[in-house]
Order: sequence, then C-alpha cells, then structure tokens
Amino acid sequence: MDASTFLQNCITGISLGSAYALIAIGYTMVYGILRLINFAHGDIFMMAGYFTIFAIANFRMPWYLAIVFVIVATVLLGVAIEKAAYKPLRDAPRMSIMISAIGVSFLLENSATYLFTGLPRAFPQLGFMQKVLKFGDISAPIVTFITPVVTIVMLIALIYLVNHTKTGMAMRAVSKDFEAAKLMGIEINRIITVTFVIGCSLAAISAILYFSPRPMVYPFSGLMPGLKCFVAAVLGGIGNIPGAVVGGFLIGIAETFLVALFPSMTGYSDAFTFVLLIVMLLFRPTGLLGEKIAEKV
Amino acid sequence: MGYTKKTLNKSTKMILTVLLILASLALVYMLDKGIIGTSYTVRIVRIAVIYALIGVSMNLVNGFTGVFSLGQAGFMAIGAYSVGIFTIPIESRANVYYLIPISEKIANFELPFGVALIMGGLLAAGFAALIGAPVLKLKSDYLAIATLGFSEIIRAIIANDQMWPVTNGSLGLKSIPGFESLFTPVLISAGCIALIVLLINSSYGRAFKAIREDEIAAEAMGINLFKHKEMSFVISAFFAGIGGGLLACHLTAIDSNQFKIAVTYELLLIIVLGGLGSVTGTVISAFVISFGKELLRWFDASHYIGAWQIPIFRPGLRMVIFSLLLMAVVLFWSRGLMGRKEFSWDGIYNFFRKISWRIKNPSKGGNRSAGKKKEVNADAE
Repeated sequence: MDASTFLQNCITGISLGSAYALIAIGYTMVYGILRLINFAHGDIFMMAGYFTIFAIANFRMPWYLAIVFVIVATVLLGVAIEKAAYKPLRDAPRMSIMISAIGVSFLLENSATYLFTGLPRAFPQLGFMQKVLKFGDISAPIVTFITPVVTIVMLIALIYLVNHTKTGMAMRAVSKDFEAAKLMGIEINRIITVTFVIGCSLAAISAILYFSPRPMVYPFSGLMPGLKCFVAAVLGGIGNIPGAVVGGFLIGIAETFLVALFPSMTGYSDAFTFVLLIVMLLFRPTGLLGEKIAEKV
Repeated sequence: MGYTKKTLNKSTKMILTVLLILASLALVYMLDKGIIGTSYTVRIVRIAVIYALIGVSMNLVNGFTGVFSLGQAGFMAIGAYSVGIFTIPIESRANVYYLIPISEKIANFELPFGVALIMGGLLAAGFAALIGAPVLKLKSDYLAIATLGFSEIIRAIIANDQMWPVTNGSLGLKSIPGFESLFTPVLISAGCIALIVLLINSSYGRAFKAIREDEIAAEAMGINLFKHKEMSFVISAFFAGIGGGLLACHLTAIDSNQFKIAVTYELLLIIVLGGLGSVTGTVISAFVISFGKELLRWFDASHYIGAWQIPIFRPGLRMVIFSLLLMAVVLFWSRGLMGRKEFSWDGIYNFFRKISWRIKNPSKGGNRSAGKKKEVNADAE
C-alpha cells in the first residue's frame, strides 16, 4: 500500500469513524441513564436518512433548512418512542424494556418498508457536500472532511454540557444512582427526555453525514451501523461520552483498513466488529475509558 | 359461599391427555390425507410446528434460564444448511451449484434426512459450545448483542465468497427434498419438545430456573452458573438446529437472507406472547402467530370501495400490524398468554367451573377487582 492509498484510507476511515462516533454517543448516553440498549437507535438513524430524502427531494427545501427539519423530525420521533415504549416500563424487569426496544426497532423497520417500500431510495445532493475535493492523489467529497470536524465540535459541546451545566450535573447524578437522584428532587423524566433529544439529534446529524457519500437508503440500512455503534460504545466504555467517540473512530478505521488490506475479507467486515466486542468484553469489560463498577447484590 | 378450586383425579386427566393426543393425531392424519383443509392449511400447520419447536428451544434459554440470547436465527441457519447441503440429490447438485461447482469432497456425499438433521443439530450445538465459553460470561444486555452478532457472523460466513463451493453463497440452495407427510415434522417436533420438557422437569431444569430467579443466590446454593448456562445454551442451539433443518425441508429452497435478525425477533414475539417460561404457552402462541400472520395477509392485498382503491392497504401493512402487536403485548400484557404457568386439565376445569359459578352467583362477583384477581390465578394454573 503506497502512501497516497494509505492516506486515502485514513480519511475514509476517520470519516466513517466520526459518523459512528455520533451514533455511539446516543447509545452510551441512553445506556448511562436508563441502563438500556436502545435497539431502536440504529433505526432512528435510518429514519433520519429518509427524512433527509423527503426534505430535499419531496419538499424541495434548501439544504440548511433541510438539516434543521431532519433534526427536529428525528428528535420528535425519538422522544415519542421514549414516551410510548420505554416510559411505561420504567419499573418493569430489564428484559421487558429490552424486548420493548427490540419491538420498536422491528416496528420502525417494518413501517419504513411499508411507507417507503423496501426498494432502496437514492440519497439526494446536500448543497456543496458531495463536491469532490482533490489534494494530489487523494480525492474525497467535502462531506468526508467535514464529518470529523462536526464530530469533534459536537463532542466538545457535549462535554461542556455534561460537566458545566445544571442539566449536565443532573444527568450525571441520574446515571450514578437513579433512585437517589429522584429523591434529591431531580426530574428524572425531564432528564431522560433531554438525553433522548441529544442522542437523536446527533443520530440525525450522523445520518446526513453518513448517507451523503453513500448512494442509497433502505429500511434496514440502520441495522448494521446501529449494532456496530453499540459495539463502539462498549469499546470505549459504556456511559462514557469521549469513550464512545474513541470507540467509533477505532471501529471505523479498523473496518476501512480491514477491507483495504484484505479485500477477500470484505464479507467478514461486519463479523469483525463482533469479534472485537467479544475480545474487548473478555479482557477489559469496562471498555477503554470506562470506570470499574462493582456489582451490587 | 365462596368459590373453591377443585382438582380432577389422576385417571380422568390421563384419559383426557390420551384423548387429546389421539385427537391431534387424527387431525394431522386428516390434514395429511386432504380430508379437511387444503394444502395451504397443511403448509401453515407445518410452519407452526417447526416454529413451536424453535420457540420452545429459545424459551429454554430466555424464559427458563433467564439468559437473554438472540442467536437463534444463526443456529437455525446451521441446521438448515446442513440438511440442505447433504440431502439435495446428487444428480440435481450440478443444477443447484451452477455458478461455482460444489466442492469435490462433498459432491458425492448424500445423507438420509434423519442423519443430516441430527448432524445439523450437532453442528449448531458445537458452534454454540464454542461461542458459549466467552459469551455466557457476559451480563444480560452485552450477551444479547454478542449473540445477535454471532448470528450475523454465521450468516456472513455462509454467504461469503470462499464458502461458495459448500453453501452456494448468495444463490442459496434449492431442490431440497420436501416432507412426504405432515407426520414427519409434527412427530419430530413433538418428540423434541417432549425431550425439552423432560429436561426442564429434571434437576437440571430446576437449576436453570434457580439461575433465572437469582444468579447470586443460585451460585450460593452450589449451582455452577457457567456449566448450567452453557448446557442450556448448547441444548437450545441443538434444537434450533433441528428446527432449522425442518424449516429447510419445509421451504425446499433456502438462502442466507432467510436467517436475518428479523427471524429472531419473530421468535421473540412467539415466546413473549406465549409467556417467557411456559412451554405450552410457546406452542399455543406459535400456532396463533402462524395462523394470525396468514390471516393478516388480508391487509397486504389491495381493497376497493367501488373503483377507488383504499390507499392504506398495500404490501407491508401486515408486518406493521404484526410489530404493533408485539409492542402491545410487551407494554400491556407482559405475562403473555400463559405467564410462567403450563397448560393443565385442572386449570381448564377450574376456569370453566369459575365461569359457571359466576353465572349462577352474579351478585357475588360484585367486587370486580377481587374477582378478576382470582380469575387470573384460576385460569393460569
């Protein structure tokens, strides 16, 4: 592999990794607070892809308006899911709420198939984003360069929010101890809503960035990114926001290089992520940046 | 005078059970010979018994051992491919593997259905044993994701380029000999479910349930957590493999896309509707869902009012309703049909006695909430 191919793969990998990182933040925040793998998160991401198609191709919105529309629509969807499917089960056993999350994921996939048909839909042009930039031998659409920048900005904003605002403090309190936070007068439901708003808006941004260099959206296109990003969140230490970003980058880069270095392994690139998960959980179950949590009886 | 529960005596129950078995066999015979129903009904019954077996196998792990595993589709795929690869008649193999010829090592190697089926089960069990060692050490949600991941890995391996000479890659397998009679799947499935029931009622089964209730307490009582979880996981995979093999035979053409995660979700619906931790519940719900899904086909067809086509009826609506049902069951009826209870003649007997008592004493059923509570107890036992 010569230098320019290497650089090209680096850029692709970092860009893919940043898109993963944005989704992984959504997983890690919801898990941190509700102790729930939001199986539907990948499908919310897929729906955001469809919202973009509607905004641009059907409603003919300019791209900046479309981005706002997509974020708002995705957040509404995510919060509605939380209110309808997770809130009634807050005191139910862990397994019930997980089955409910799976049900939502199944419902979103089937609804997308019904509403938008199972055929892949072409992803529209978003302003300048698909314009190809060239630096010597390396060429990539602008969106590939923007993605990591957006991710880093979001990460910094989020870290500020969590560490330096009142809402952020409440979020940390809820994730440390749900019951105690409730007793201290924190409005649990408001904090959970805020968490879903943040997670879903990041998923929406990620969907725009992820699908832009890709040609198609189809009802199951959120499934694999969703599972991979959960793995990314675990890899970085679940509940830890910078960890999720690190995990996302690692998986994106590793996946890109696996395909580039061993083309015959392309079919296994999804499988590779899960092998990584198992290895990680066996040797460092708290993830790269996670804290050790003692198990309570 | 309040309502009291009564139990039937043993010989009555025995006679009723024998009658039920005979009636089911007669029904299967009549379906098989075409006396009642159509070939379409027979197909649905076949699907239902196969799903009942796979559902019970999944319930063994999820409902009885309390391990949230989502790998069933992968184990089914192993069983299905093993039956597919080894039972396709040698003369039709050139037609099936038309793009890339079948590997010479297995080209002339054909197995009878029964042997291939058991081999499929054993392969699935072997794979489960292999992944069980790392996976079962994980906690509930991690375990769910890891098993889901492995089920996708199996699918990736099956469809991968290097596997073409064995699995025919993304083209899938066809010309798998189908069932000659409805009795084959019914009896195999019933036999396997009976084996699982024996296991659940054994001391191992009690250990599984202890783990489900409280892992730490079970461990303190001297139950080896890993050994029992692995055992339940491997046995479940074995029967899922058998179920997958039956499915291959039922469909006669398979490809790796038929074993996507959606299949596991569907099985999850079956066991949640039937009741996590109830074998009879799972069997009943497998039938309810298999027939229900066919009835829901009405929603996929186009309907007209006069010449106007009603726009909401188009393909896909069926699955939306299906997933809404899953959500409804989870949110409002989390015990499912049977909860953790099993079907019993006493339960049925008391259920009807209770109803007739209610009719005779309408005034005493006044306290609705109390009456309702009692009814739940009575019909569930």
